Amino acid sequence: MSTVASQIPATGTLSAPGSRSARARWVVIALIPAVLAAALLGLTTGAVEVSPAEVLWVLTGHLDDPFLREVILNLRLPRVLVAITVGAALAVSGVALQGLFRNPLADPGLIGVSAGAALGAVSVIVLGTTVLAPLVMALGVFTLPLAAFAGGLGTTWLVYRLASHGGHTSVATLLLGGIAINAIAGAATGMLVYMADDQQLRTLTFWNMGSLAHAGWTLWAVSAGLVLLALACMPLVARALNGLMLGESVATHLGFPVHRIKTLVVVMAALAVGASVAIAGIIGFVGLVVPHLLRLTIGPDHRYLLPASALGGALLLLLADALARIIVAPAELPIGLLTSLLGGPFFLWLLLRQKGRLG
Amino acid sequence: MNTQALARISNLVVERGGRRLLDQAGLEAHPGSVHVLVGPNGAGKSTLLSVMAGDMPPSSGEVTWCGQALDQWCPHALARCRAVLPQENVVTFPLTAWEVAEMGRLPHRTPDRDARIVREALDRAGVWHLSGRDYRSLSGGERQRVQMARVLAQVHDTGPDQPGLLLLDEPTSALDVRHQLRLMELLRVDAARGRTILVVLHDLNLAAAYADHITVLKDGKVVASGTPAQVMRAETITHAWGVECLVEKDSLTGCPWVRMRYGLGCATAHREHAA
Repeated sequence: MSTVASQIPATGTLSAPGSRSARARWVVIALIPAVLAAALLGLTTGAVEVSPAEVLWVLTGHLDDPFLREVILNLRLPRVLVAITVGAALAVSGVALQGLFRNPLADPGLIGVSAGAALGAVSVIVLGTTVLAPLVMALGVFTLPLAAFAGGLGTTWLVYRLASHGGHTSVATLLLGGIAINAIAGAATGMLVYMADDQQLRTLTFWNMGSLAHAGWTLWAVSAGLVLLALACMPLVARALNGLMLGESVATHLGFPVHRIKTLVVVMAALAVGASVAIAGIIGFVGLVVPHLLRLTIGPDHRYLLPASALGGALLLLLADALARIIVAPAELPIGLLTSLLGGPFFLWLLLRQKGRLG
Repeated sequence: MNTQALARISNLVVERGGRRLLDQAGLEAHPGSVHVLVGPNGAGKSTLLSVMAGDMPPSSGEVTWCGQALDQWCPHALARCRAVLPQENVVTFPLTAWEVAEMGRLPHRTPDRDARIVREALDRAGVWHLSGRDYRSLSGGERQRVQMARVLAQVHDTGPDQPGLLLLDEPTSALDVRHQLRLMELLRVDAARGRTILVVLHDLNLAAAYADHITVLKDGKVVASGTPAQVMRAETITHAWGVECLVEKDSLTGCPWVRMRYGLGCATAHREHAA
């Protein structure tokens, strides 16, 4: 004992095998310039050749070319901002839901949260001029994100009640519940699509495949505000999510108000997913892939995993969007298709790896 | 010695689904002592520990720690002086042994001392060499020791002036003989530091050797309570567990030594019986 104690430096952090917090801190810091670089890539990529220097000049107001200004400020900048908002929202919701369900396979898309949010949003689009008109009148620009939030909240709550029992969560029930909810929400959305007119149909197609195309500054600002609110609450639950990794009763023994934490996580995740669905439709697997890759690198400590995922999600969607515009240029691949094409096999690989452990 | 650090349960009744799990049970765990809870399967040992841990609200009865009713405690203050080792622990995330033990420091805001405390706790639990390993890849006994390190890290700041309570549900169940003894030695050291220790055990001889006080539960009732010499008696054990019993004095330690038999009692007797 005394020999061990004497080897330990009196103060400061010591290198401890198994502690990854020093590395985690560096990864979070390194992700910031990576996101900025990817954003710059997003601003330069597209049908019109623009150099990074020109982008910076336009952004700082030093270049007064009206054509370049139009391309960068009105076409590409909104996309980049939407990609950052949606990527961060989905990845952080993924982390939070995985922590809540105590399962690394929980993803807003897989467990039906996105589908529920989409149902809420589609209801507003199709029924907004008829049945839901009073609601649209009352809530204005907030109607769409709030309807998506309500849909997401409902499904999160439902799937949580289904899958968790006495502090334990059954993975099988969680994923099966997700399938059922996806099916129900999908069918209900289908019904609404059936009722929709031509103009509405065009909007709806974009929803199901996910798109970063500009949905308007106002909608973006409102949704980004809601996402920001959700992200700002996440540091409050980071330590509790750490405790929850050892189980609900252990988290309680560690002094966390587990019940309140769970409610907060469900509401915040639904808010972030709802807001991102409202501006970009359903984009799957971001909430699964990003946290998983980051956990491999920095470990599951939520104090670092949450900010790293926000940055990582933004980075992934920025890169995916650039890719979606390059591979079928001058057209663009719907971003949701691309993330599913990449994320689907990744999920299968995860399942194969975990085959023995699923219960 | 802090005489306030008393964990007391009195007239405890717990009913779940029409069944009475605990019936007028009570005990007092004193600071500086190891209080062992024994009893046959389903006697209510874990239930009693859960009530003391605050996991389960009692149907009636009183549970106090340091003279204050448990539900009056601020959860955060409680977490700084009371740690619980549950029977089983399922971890689905890729945590290292270090990170699991470090969880014990979550209730504390002492980042400058945490690494040192976690290191000491892992060392005391005998798992320092496993710090960097993925918790899920460890054996059952190793996991149990890592969880023990987590518990030790949590109550590290308690001692003679600061009440500390350890609630351990079968901490030796997955351990080999040497580690069982090591753990009991460790509990004695913690008791000597003024902590209050309430521990569920199955091994009567381990209880007899290391306990200051033993409480025997059967069908939710306390059937015996006292020092090992008072409780470890043949008729008590036969009554509670339904085994033939002979209590001798352990020539190695001088503690009561319980010898038990059920049925024919050994392989030789069975072979002779079959022949």
